[in-house]
Amino acid sequence: MKLKGWKDVNPGAVCTEAGSALKFKTGSWRAYRPKWVEENCIQCLFCWAYCPDMAVFVKDGKMTGFNYDYCKGCGICALECPGKKGNKAIVMEEEGK
Amino acid sequence: MATPLTLKELSKKEVLLTSGHRMCSGCGAPIIVKMVLLASEYPIVAANATGCLEVSTCISDYTAWKIPWIHNAFENAAATLSGVETMYRSLKKQGKIDKDIKFIAFGGDGGTYDIGFQSLSGAMERGHDMLYICYDNGAYMNTGIQRSSATPYGADTTTCPAGSVIQGKPQPRKNLTKIMAAHDIPYVAQASPSNWSDLVKKVKKALEIKGPKFMNILSPCNRGWRSRTDDAIMLSRLGVETCYWPLYEIENGVTKVTFKPKEKKPLVDFLKPQGRFKHLFAPENENMLKNFQEMVDKEWGSLLKASGTE
Ligand code: SF4
Ligand code: SF4
Repeated sequence: MKLKGWKDVNPGAVCTEAGSALKFKTGSWRAYRPKWVEENCIQCLFCWAYCPDMAVFVKDGKMTGFNYDYCKGCGICALECPGKKGNKAIVMEEEGK
Repeated sequence: MATPLTLKELSKKEVLLTSGHRMCSGCGAPIIVKMVLLASEYPIVAANATGCLEVSTCISDYTAWKIPWIHNAFENAAATLSGVETMYRSLKKQGKIDKDIKFIAFGGDGGTYDIGFQSLSGAMERGHDMLYICYDNGAYMNTGIQRSSATPYGADTTTCPAGSVIQGKPQPRKNLTKIMAAHDIPYVAQASPSNWSDLVKKVKKALEIKGPKFMNILSPCNRGWRSRTDDAIMLSRLGVETCYWPLYEIENGVTKVTFKPKEKKPLVDFLKPQGRFKHLFAPENENMLKNFQEMVDKEWGSLLKASGTE
């Protein structure tokens, strides 16, 4: 994306578009990527609640995957995921492998 | 009907803080803001003190907020928002606005305990109908981890570095939650993102109370705490379970502990995973660990006493 220069910004730094940060994708920050293992998922939604980047998709009350455009790969979701019978439903994998 | 408090129900609401903000990977603060905004059934107008949350959620023309949000300066989030709230009351009186709007100020510990303290104290004393939320990560993280009056005892920061002269911060942190309670405002509470339903309930309660409210929320910062990017929730949970960060509320002067750990864990469980406390585990600093544990025990004991749950 092309970032705006100072001349393009409103006087007083007033932002007129709510949520315009969505234009800035933070997914490139990621070194590890969360992988969802659906069969171990108990739909507790902890991953959704604890994700600092609103990068967990939930549809009709169910976790459906990750938004890799924004996920920074922190791994909070994987650490907090209870999974099923001790098997995590989120595992972190190194990017580029 | 009010939404039942389950993650499933909450997840059906729109999160009014978007992705694309530039807080560090694994930061605790956006988790807190998300929970606070999800808790509200009302439209929110927010002010933000200068700090990590402010600089990273609104960079020039890119804002992650989907609510009206104002940043003024470091020291005056509470004063700014009290002005906005006064304008709202005036417009309401004039019949120019009829919506029920709630006002929330967010500040880090630097902007709350230190630099913004007088404006916070003033806004609370004047009785503005607003909720002030401090996300307390225990130092000026945004400018490079300088100590604040919220920095815990013994923590290493760039302005109280552990070395041959001192072993991290020599002073204990100031107890801001108690100081706010001493303002005799209707509601004061402490919360942690690990205990999401306790946090959400407290925000809901605060928003229903008229007048000034204050909440102090533990906000893990892996850069400043020298910990991993995935442990924000784990560490805030350990903060609660060791009673380093007790969960309680003071409503109209009545203290209530809202979470009592089944087994109070030793403080070292909270300190050990954090690099900022690494030096405390050297044999010669054993008595610092002892002092720190005593401070925590003392506060927890007095809270249990105050709430009659000893
Ligand atoms: S790794 Fe971190 S940013 Fe990515 S989805 Fe999990 S919690 Fe969110
Ligand atoms: S935390 Fe794990 S088990 Fe829970 S909804 Fe997310 S992926 Fe599924």
